Amino acid sequence: MSRTSRLPSSLLRAAACTGVAALALTACGSGSGSGSTSTGSGEVKVGLITKTDTNPFFVKMKEGAEKTAKAEGVKLMTAAGKFDGDNAGQVTAIENMVAAGVKGILITPSDSKAIVPALEKAKAKGVLVIALDTPTEPESAVDALFATDNLKAGELIGEYAKAAMKGKTAKIAALDLAPGVSVGIQRHNGFLKGFGATDKDVACAQDTGGDQSKGQTAMENCLQKEPGINVVYTINEPAALGAYTALKAKGREKDVLIVSVDGGCTGTRAVKDGKIAATSQQYPLKMAAEGVKAVVTFAKDGKKASGYTDTGVTLITDKAQDGVDSKDTAYGLDNCWG
Amino acid sequence: MTATSTPPSTSTPYSDLKAPTTARRLLTQPTTGPLIALLLACVFFSVSTDQFLTGGNFSLIVQQVMVVGTLAIGQTLIILTAGIDLSCGAVMAFGSIVIAKMAAEGSLPPLAAIALGLVVCAGFGLLNGALVQKVPLPPFIVTLGMLNVAFALTHIYSEEQTVSNLPGPLTALGQTFPLGKTDITYGSLVTIALFLLLAYALSSTGWGRHVYALGNSPEAARLNGIRTSRLTIGVYTVAGLLYGIAALLLISRTGVGDPQAGQTDNLDSITAVVLGGTSLFGGRGSVLGTFIGVLIVGVFRNGLQLMGVASIYQTLITGVLVILAVTVDQISRRRAR
Repeated sequence: MSRTSRLPSSLLRAAACTGVAALALTACGSGSGSGSTSTGSGEVKVGLITKTDTNPFFVKMKEGAEKTAKAEGVKLMTAAGKFDGDNAGQVTAIENMVAAGVKGILITPSDSKAIVPALEKAKAKGVLVIALDTPTEPESAVDALFATDNLKAGELIGEYAKAAMKGKTAKIAALDLAPGVSVGIQRHNGFLKGFGATDKDVACAQDTGGDQSKGQTAMENCLQKEPGINVVYTINEPAALGAYTALKAKGREKDVLIVSVDGGCTGTRAVKDGKIAATSQQYPLKMAAEGVKAVVTFAKDGKKASGYTDTGVTLITDKAQDGVDSKDTAYGLDNCWG
Repeated sequence: MTATSTPPSTSTPYSDLKAPTTARRLLTQPTTGPLIALLLACVFFSVSTDQFLTGGNFSLIVQQVMVVGTLAIGQTLIILTAGIDLSCGAVMAFGSIVIAKMAAEGSLPPLAAIALGLVVCAGFGLLNGALVQKVPLPPFIVTLGMLNVAFALTHIYSEEQTVSNLPGPLTALGQTFPLGKTDITYGSLVTIALFLLLAYALSSTGWGRHVYALGNSPEAARLNGIRTSRLTIGVYTVAGLLYGIAALLLISRTGVGDPQAGQTDNLDSITAVVLGGTSLFGGRGSVLGTFIGVLIVGVFRNGLQLMGVASIYQTLITGVLVILAVTVDQISRRRAR
């Protein structure tokens, strides 16, 4: 045993790593659809940074951005955090995109507050910064916000649930997102407003993180606490489906009203199947498409998008109630994401 | 980690005690391979995109790896003793919240808050080391437990809230100074200085030789008069202190105290250590290799981003690199035997 035996290993290591460099080339050539390596100086570049790569919501967002970028003849760069809440990963992506010379950055911030200093730096370098889906705190940290009105999304299902209950006494369970997250708070408050209730009327409120298995556990615990629950508000459709599974195990799935927010394709099919009574559908593809267009406008004539743009929300149900505007699941499935 | 059943290194601890000639040392360093890989990657990205090879971009890459890099120094020390630390990212996150909250809410002057953060992190290291050495427990289990403890404490103490409006001294290391036309952050210098300091300590002091000896064979080290118990606890404590410095660097980089920070940094730091040619079975490797390892990750992430490759491919390539690095390590061991 001596140190000389390590020499060949060094060379082997280098050879192996060259192989990976080649792999990098292949990946860029075949995978991303934006693989042009020659970066002409006149080409407009747009950056899209999502919370994660894997959530269907963000996949749809990316799809919208890619389509629009192609149509407008601009180059799209994408990046994402490793997990929901990965602020450092998003900061790194912002820096790299600014270094790559993007005209604008579209971002769904993982941490509304923590991302602000990095966005301010990008803005100082003349980059147009637009938040998609999730606002920053303060909202003035970005030039513009393209997002669903989450309060309204909640109100729609609240009004629907009120009408569907037809005056019966409601025992409400709320399957929420997580403490301190604005999206979850707005939807929850919107639901109560639409239903004409207050937090005192909620028999059981639990955090689910928007996760199906946690939604199921939360519903099981709520039924344990208050067996008479007959209205379930859920933060999103995975949580709603978790609640449905828990209710079905108790044979209660027919007489409990589940309402939700999101309008993903799986969720919309669940509305069609009658598992979820109604859902407020939002439009991530539109957020990204509008965002790319705004950057193109900025690149062309220097006009910056500003303020809040509501990208719309539609109530989807097959059991329409009088006095509450809604569309059926055929429309919902045509416009769903995921 | 499935390979833990393979017998420990058969290299004698004494071979590391000899001082080889400079030329021979350069040629046979386990860092030579990673260095060649890093240079090849740089050449590849320089050819692929004209924005890669600039001073500003290199400064950026160093800024982007300084937090994980500093964690990885501590991780290297622990891995050299044939240990592992899964808690480093969580300990750092807790340290950063302690510093940020104490200073932002005015309970302590900024410098005292920083000092407290360093002490808290070093304390976690001390506790890790004591549990590993005194009970004794396997490092994997101890630090897995500590990962959860530190993560929970971070979220309890921060009440899930990001701490902003930090006083100036906390973000001072994020400030830049011009070097030629390039802006360099002070934090990058701190990280590089720490790498050099620990590289010196490991290669040129008795303490460093003892660390290698301990990793190669604790029993032989003990029989040679090394106080292995004190040494182990010391290594974990120094690593904890380094996590505290990483916490300060993290705050200076993002400008906030973020309770969600560092969740994948334990595995990221191990990745850097492995890519840098340090053996997970202890006794072999160097912190300079780890520096090259973090730079490999940073260069790939930055270069692929500049080329417009989606981030999921960056993860894919990092995974392939790690497996290759460990494969090469195993092959070279088999030959050595």
